[in-house]
Amino acid sequence: MIVFDKPKSLTDAVFHYCPGCTHGIVHRLVAESIDELGIEGRTIGIAPVGCSVLAYNYFACDMIEAAHGRAPAVATGVKRALPDRIVFSYQGDGDLASIGMCETVSTAARGENITIIFINNAIYGMTGGQMAPTSLIGQVTQTSPYGRDPKTQGYPIRICELLATLDGPEYLARVTVNSVPHVRQAKKAIKKAFQNQIEGKGFSLVEVVSSCPTNWGVTPLEAMKWIDEKMIPQYPLGVYRDRSEEASR
Amino acid sequence: MAKLTFKEELCKGCGLCVNACPKGILALAKNRLNGKGHAPVELTDPDACIGCASCAIMCPDCVIKVER
Repeated sequence: MIVFDKPKSLTDAVFHYCPGCTHGIVHRLVAESIDELGIEGRTIGIAPVGCSVLAYNYFACDMIEAAHGRAPAVATGVKRALPDRIVFSYQGDGDLASIGMCETVSTAARGENITIIFINNAIYGMTGGQMAPTSLIGQVTQTSPYGRDPKTQGYPIRICELLATLDGPEYLARVTVNSVPHVRQAKKAIKKAFQNQIEGKGFSLVEVVSSCPTNWGVTPLEAMKWIDEKMIPQYPLGVYRDRSEEASR
Repeated sequence: MAKLTFKEELCKGCGLCVNACPKGILALAKNRLNGKGHAPVELTDPDACIGCASCAIMCPDCVIKVER
C-alpha cells in the first residue's frame, strides 16, 4: 500500500528552488488539497512574481502569471467571470505584502471568494536577499546590512493581524512547515481554505511562515530552528479569523 | 514491511528528511553525488524503517515514496 507519493496535481517538472526551501513543501500541500477535494479539473492558479514565479510549471492545473503583486486582482477577475472554478493565488511576502499590499487589502475587504496561499520568509528571495516589509527587527539583509532599524526602515508587517481588522475575510490562519506536526497543521489549514471557497464562504488566506536558507545565510536545518526562534515570536501561529467556527459557538 | 523508494536525481541533499526520521536511519551519501552534484539521501538500515513517512512529509522535492 502506498502511504506517501507525489500528488497528481504536481507536474513532473523539477522544482528550481534552493535545497531545503519550504516552497516545495507548500506546493505539495496545495497539490494534495486539490487532489483530495477532487477539484483538479476546475482549479485555476495565479502565480506571483518572486521565487515562486515559475509555480505555473509545477501545478498541473490551469495557471496565470500575474503582474507583480496583482495576483488577487487577477484571481478576482477569474472568479467573477467563472464562478464555478476554484481560484487560488500563491504569493510571497515581497509580492503580497509590499507591491501588492493594495490588492491584498482590497480583495480581503471585498471578501472575494478566493483562496490565497501567502509565503512569508521575511526576505526577498529571487532578487538576492533584500529587506522585505516582513523582515524582522535587526535582520541583516542586502539592503539592511546593519540590521533592520525601525527608525529608518519601519516595523515588520503582520498580514494576518492586519487583515483581521477587516470584516471581509472568512478565514485567516498562520501556520509553518518546519516540523512534521507543523506540516500536518499547515495541510489542514490549506485544505480548509480551499473547502471554504468550494462552499462559497469567501476570502480565505493561509500565511505560511517559511524559510530562505540561501538568503538567511544558514543551512536548511538551521533555517528550521531560525523559524522557531526568530520568526514565530514575531509571527505567532494560529487562526486569526474563522467565521464558521465563530458561528458554531 | 515498510519500503522507501528514492527518486535520487531529484534530491538536493538538504537533510530535512535525515533530521525528521524518528529511527535515525537516513543519511546523506558520503562518497558519491547525484547528477545535480548533491550528496543524495540513503537508507542505512532498511529493516528498521517503520514507514511513518516523516521523511517524505518534510522533503521539499517529493523525492521519497513510502509503501507499507
